[in-house]
Amino acid sequence: MKHTLAAGALLLASVLSSTAMAERNYISIVGSSTVYPFSTVVAERFGKSTGFRTPKVESTGSGGGLKLFCSGVGDATPDITNASRQIKKSEVELCAKNGVKDIVEVTIGFDGIVFAHSAAVENVQLSLKDIFLALAKVVPGKDGALIENPYQTWKQVNPALPNTPIKVLGPPPTSGTRDAFVELAMEGGCSQFESIEALKKTDKDKYKAVCHGLREDGGYVEAGENDNLIVQKLAASPDYFGIFGYSFLEENQDKVQGAIIDGVKPTFDNISDGKYPISRSLFFYVKKAHVGVIPGIEEYLAEFVSKRAIGEDGYLADKGMIPMAESRRKQVEADTKALKTL
Amino acid sequence: MTDQSLSTRVKVERSMARRRRAETRFRLYGMASILFGLLCLVVLFGNILSKGLSAFEQTVLTTDIYLDKDFLGLSRQSPESELLNGDYEGLIKEYLKESMQPSGRSERRDLYSMVSVGAHWQLQQLVVNNPNLLGDTVTVELIMDDEIDQWLKHDHEKGRHGRLSEKQTEWAQQWLDEGRLKTRFNVSFFTNGDSREPELAGVHGAIMGTFLTLLVTFALSFPIGVAAAIYLEEFAPKNRITEIVEININNLAAVPSITFGLLGLAIFINIFGVARSTPLIGGLVLTLMTLPTIIISGRAAIKAVPPSIREAALGLGASRMQVVFHHVLPLALPGMLTGTIIGMAQALGETAPLLMIGMIAFVVDVPGFINDPATVLPVQIFLWSDSPEQAFTERTSGAIIVLLAFLVVMNTAAVMLRRRLERRW
Repeated sequence: MKHTLAAGALLLASVLSSTAMAERNYISIVGSSTVYPFSTVVAERFGKSTGFRTPKVESTGSGGGLKLFCSGVGDATPDITNASRQIKKSEVELCAKNGVKDIVEVTIGFDGIVFAHSAAVENVQLSLKDIFLALAKVVPGKDGALIENPYQTWKQVNPALPNTPIKVLGPPPTSGTRDAFVELAMEGGCSQFESIEALKKTDKDKYKAVCHGLREDGGYVEAGENDNLIVQKLAASPDYFGIFGYSFLEENQDKVQGAIIDGVKPTFDNISDGKYPISRSLFFYVKKAHVGVIPGIEEYLAEFVSKRAIGEDGYLADKGMIPMAESRRKQVEADTKALKTL
Repeated sequence: MTDQSLSTRVKVERSMARRRRAETRFRLYGMASILFGLLCLVVLFGNILSKGLSAFEQTVLTTDIYLDKDFLGLSRQSPESELLNGDYEGLIKEYLKESMQPSGRSERRDLYSMVSVGAHWQLQQLVVNNPNLLGDTVTVELIMDDEIDQWLKHDHEKGRHGRLSEKQTEWAQQWLDEGRLKTRFNVSFFTNGDSREPELAGVHGAIMGTFLTLLVTFALSFPIGVAAAIYLEEFAPKNRITEIVEININNLAAVPSITFGLLGLAIFINIFGVARSTPLIGGLVLTLMTLPTIIISGRAAIKAVPPSIREAALGLGASRMQVVFHHVLPLALPGMLTGTIIGMAQALGETAPLLMIGMIAFVVDVPGFINDPATVLPVQIFLWSDSPEQAFTERTSGAIIVLLAFLVVMNTAAVMLRRRLERRW
């Protein structure tokens, strides 16, 4: 018994000291769950085709990733963070406060957010206005005053739509997909009402609350971060709609299809042309102070911005990411090679 | 007097039927609840097995491929670094192009995408292990892409295209007719680490991560837990302070596991600077979680040792320490081990505390030591269930089967230990 105790204590002591001494020799990546499926593919290829160790990729969400990223410099902090939105000013300030001064921003491509439904029924045509009216917490009534959302079926929203109850499965508030959906789709539909648009100038907070508020009476169902679950539910119940990233639509086209929004179908081409209204850019941020300290960062960056990764026929396009135009990509490649900071 | 006794008897006899009925009803309720439990178990297992068993098979294409020395730019004498860098991907593409004759660029792309991106690593391994194969024709079973794998497993018999294009289905059918396209036991599921390609993803990394994490957990929690249990039960004075300690240990056992993750993040990572995402930090956090279980079961096991044994030893002149280590501990050990194994089994299935300490991560390299980045099996399951590719659905269930197998083995070990070593007085 004594021996076991002594051995245990010795093991603990030796390990704690050895981990404290050892320099990290692999890249540590955190951040957005939307970028995760893409950055893991690059990480895996990078690990297998070079002599470097495969980077470790954590899915923490854009906000959580930036918080970790900005917590300081040194090998206990991540080198790269993925984000499905641009870094906020407050986050740049937080970074600077903790000594993270030089940050390289890399744009990698686009992601479309689809409003999908079962592939077994006829494709639905929606406008952003329809989406807003169906999902908002408060909507303008007949006299223009704001009332609690009275709509229960799609037909009540727009007579051209089917007479089915409004049931939409979407991500919870922690998700970057939800943020982007609210900003692009809900606000896009909301600002089409003149009375609300006027509010923007007079009372900005109220405008935000009206446009960003999703209904809580069961029409919008928070389905968790697991998009596969949403796909399975949509396939089983044709009346439901679901909100998720384009990559899940691409991988499940035999089960679900994307609704046509403002006359545009969510296809690869329409999103990369910018025609599809609900799409956003994807980024990652690199800590310049770590380049040259942690082995492989430069090579990883070079692999990520290369034509075979994010080019128009690159392998990330096969995984559902929408690539940038070639001229834009070349610019990104040059900026990244030069480690141009924010 | 007799009247009254008679009437009591009558009363009893009359109520008899009602009481028997109540008993029968109660038995039925009991049986129904057991049946319900069993039914749930059957549905759960049936569902997982029906979805997951196909993960243990992988579609391969038997191919005779000529290892062209000139194409690869290699010779049998080339050093290993050159052998590693040969253009094996190009060789496979060339072979596919020659044998299937696709017309046009998009058809070529379709054709190339049918073979897994990992297939060229197979050739690479073959050549690196035996450079003398260069210049020969070898027969290999090329790993196919997950889409054709899913087609063969689910859509082919129903005559559907699945996610394949018309042309791809045609090619696949041709290979099937030639008897070259088939499924075989999926070895790489047990030998590979994680991957973003479903056909290359395996549980080896997660199993090693789990093993290392549990090793750390065991190495820390068993000695500490046993020592704490012995002290509290045999040496500690019975006063206010020990009472408070006792109550708190019992409370700790009921604390939601995610709290331990927060604690680990705040203390081990932020103060002591232990690296994120390693089995070491995972083991430390799970130690906090399993300690109460081990202490409580350890104390119960010590309590179950009859006082007569202690008294006899003391009476023969043994010291308190000798009594504990020579007599009580050997008798209590089976019970303690059972508690430890159950605690370990709990730790095996835990994900929530690991969320906070960065073990929800994509790790390809199989971890070799406790400070390498790693994930554990339940986390691997969670990550796969969240991946967009359809083929990951079956991998998820496959990994669940592996995890369940581990749990069953550990619980069986606990039961066997108890049976074998248990003593009755």
